[in-house]
Amino acid sequence: MDLLANLALGFEIALSPWTLFLAVIGCLLGTVIGALPGLGPSNGVAILIPITFTLGLDATAALVLLTSVYYGAMYGGRISSILLNIPGDEPAMMTTLDGYPMARAGRAGDALVISGVASFVGAFLATVLLALVAPYLARLAYKFGPAEYFALYMLAFMTLGGIGSNNQAKALLASCIGLGIAMIGLDNTAGGVPRFTGGNLHLYDGIDFLVAIVGLFAVSEVFFFIESHGKGSAIGVKLESVTIPWRELWVTRWTMLRSSVVGFVAGVLPGAGASLGSFLTYMMEKTIAGPSGKFGTGVARGVAAPEAGNNAAAGGALVPMLTLGVPGSGTTAVLLAVLMTLNITPGPTLFTDRPEVVWGLIASLFIANFVLLALNVPMVRLFVKILSVPPALLLPGVTMISFVGIYSLTGSYFDLVLMIGFGVMGYVFRKLDIPTVPIILGILLGNQMEDNLRRAMILSRGDWTYLLSSAISIGLWIAAILGFLAPFFLRHMLKRPVAPDEANED
Amino acid sequence: MASDRVFGLVVILGALAFIASALQIPATFISDPVGSKTFPIIIASFAAICGGILVMRPDPEPEWPALATLLSLLFSVVLLVGYAYTIRPLGFLIPTAVAASVLSYQISPRPRFALLSGFGLSGGLFVCFKFALGLGLVAFPRAFFG
Repeated sequence: MDLLANLALGFEIALSPWTLFLAVIGCLLGTVIGALPGLGPSNGVAILIPITFTLGLDATAALVLLTSVYYGAMYGGRISSILLNIPGDEPAMMTTLDGYPMARAGRAGDALVISGVASFVGAFLATVLLALVAPYLARLAYKFGPAEYFALYMLAFMTLGGIGSNNQAKALLASCIGLGIAMIGLDNTAGGVPRFTGGNLHLYDGIDFLVAIVGLFAVSEVFFFIESHGKGSAIGVKLESVTIPWRELWVTRWTMLRSSVVGFVAGVLPGAGASLGSFLTYMMEKTIAGPSGKFGTGVARGVAAPEAGNNAAAGGALVPMLTLGVPGSGTTAVLLAVLMTLNITPGPTLFTDRPEVVWGLIASLFIANFVLLALNVPMVRLFVKILSVPPALLLPGVTMISFVGIYSLTGSYFDLVLMIGFGVMGYVFRKLDIPTVPIILGILLGNQMEDNLRRAMILSRGDWTYLLSSAISIGLWIAAILGFLAPFFLRHMLKRPVAPDEANED
Repeated sequence: MASDRVFGLVVILGALAFIASALQIPATFISDPVGSKTFPIIIASFAAICGGILVMRPDPEPEWPALATLLSLLFSVVLLVGYAYTIRPLGFLIPTAVAASVLSYQISPRPRFALLSGFGLSGGLFVCFKFALGLGLVAFPRAFFG
């Protein structure tokens, strides 16, 4: 059994005291970040990246730390959804629908435990599936040439905006802006011609994607809080006792299992990610239960489904990121940035050349899940206290950490000002309802996408039909076009359910 | 309505400038069939089409903040740029305390709390970064010590 041998290798690395320590720290930090309203997995991981690099952690250690933060934030996101009706991040939105009514009915403790266990089931099963599926997909990826990779990037960009945004033109525009930013700098294929630098020497190396990520995800947040004056913060949330509702956990077992599988599949699809996972699973369970299920009034299944779904999707999103180098969500895009900065090329060769990175990561995820279950069920009261950190302290802190991180990484004023510029851009774009994740993905993948196109054209001596010459690439192109068009039709069918407060009034 | 239209126009102009700039890229002796210009031009064309769609079919107007808030946001941007340029010459502690206090005051106008969070963050983060994480930060301007 290859799998067992690989896992044994992984656990050997993951169980070393140092890696274990990093996983626990990552889980703690992640849960805190997820619980804080306004901070989610993507901006949480984003502000920690520069600091991680300055610490000089090696590839496995950095990856273990940051993915533990990622998983932790996915668990933690439910805490503010349930207690405050404010999702800690977008995927946790569906959890507010039944979680907040449960909390208002005095069952906040039950809701937290059920969702914590559901998160564990989802994340654990997804990690198992990741270990099973990823090696096969990695082997398939060996068949990918430049034309196939180009089609795969098309698929990612076409589907990324899709369901998450309300306007396809804006999602596509965001991808174009990201790709355009990636073009800035020296063109190495043509022997180092500067492009779009305006003669500015700082731009010859291109724009560092970490600067863009921290600016768009972390600095822009502070502007939103200045505008809103930190409304909706959580002074005075109380959670009395937490007991484990065994009976309800048992009743929701099938919900959790079904939702884990659906969530995982949603996560594997490029561009769909955790938000789709929680959305689909909630709608699925609501349909299965029918009107007698009383979804939306505070039922256990309504909390279990989206949490199992979004945590499973978080694991699923790692599959395309590790095997193909194409992230399935905003946070995996950020993790891809981590890999690229560490000079690790994700893709099939990662599994053969650096098995210790892949399997060490997978083993750490198993361990992280148990740590997170312990943190999020018996110790959940500790994290509830964190909700009362006032934004007037939190947001300046986040900003200062971003500055120190980028400054110690690049040591340049120019990059700091660029980061502020990206922060302003993030604010304006979010106001205009333009998604920012495609911008990040464009900056990350732009050069590779162009390289693959040019390599394909060199192979075919300039014949553009070469792009459609294999079954894999035709399939990917069809999927890309369908993925782009589908939201036009689905948007009418899948109206987002109303928020609980409005629902109670009618 | 108007916001999307204006933004669409800005995008179209930006895309045209991008294409114009791409056409200026000199051709080199290492040549591949695609070259340095083609891909950027394709991207910019798509962007321009999207900009056109925004001009023709804009979404409902977003809620922009009132003028006072807008000025306050502008002030915070200026503050952050100032912070970026003073962090090295003036050392970590003073600029961070000032910037963090002002940001805190802007989020929630309570002067005492803002000052406390500013100084607390400045000191706390310095200890964390310098001693726990080992980053090479300078606390005060070097001139203090001659």
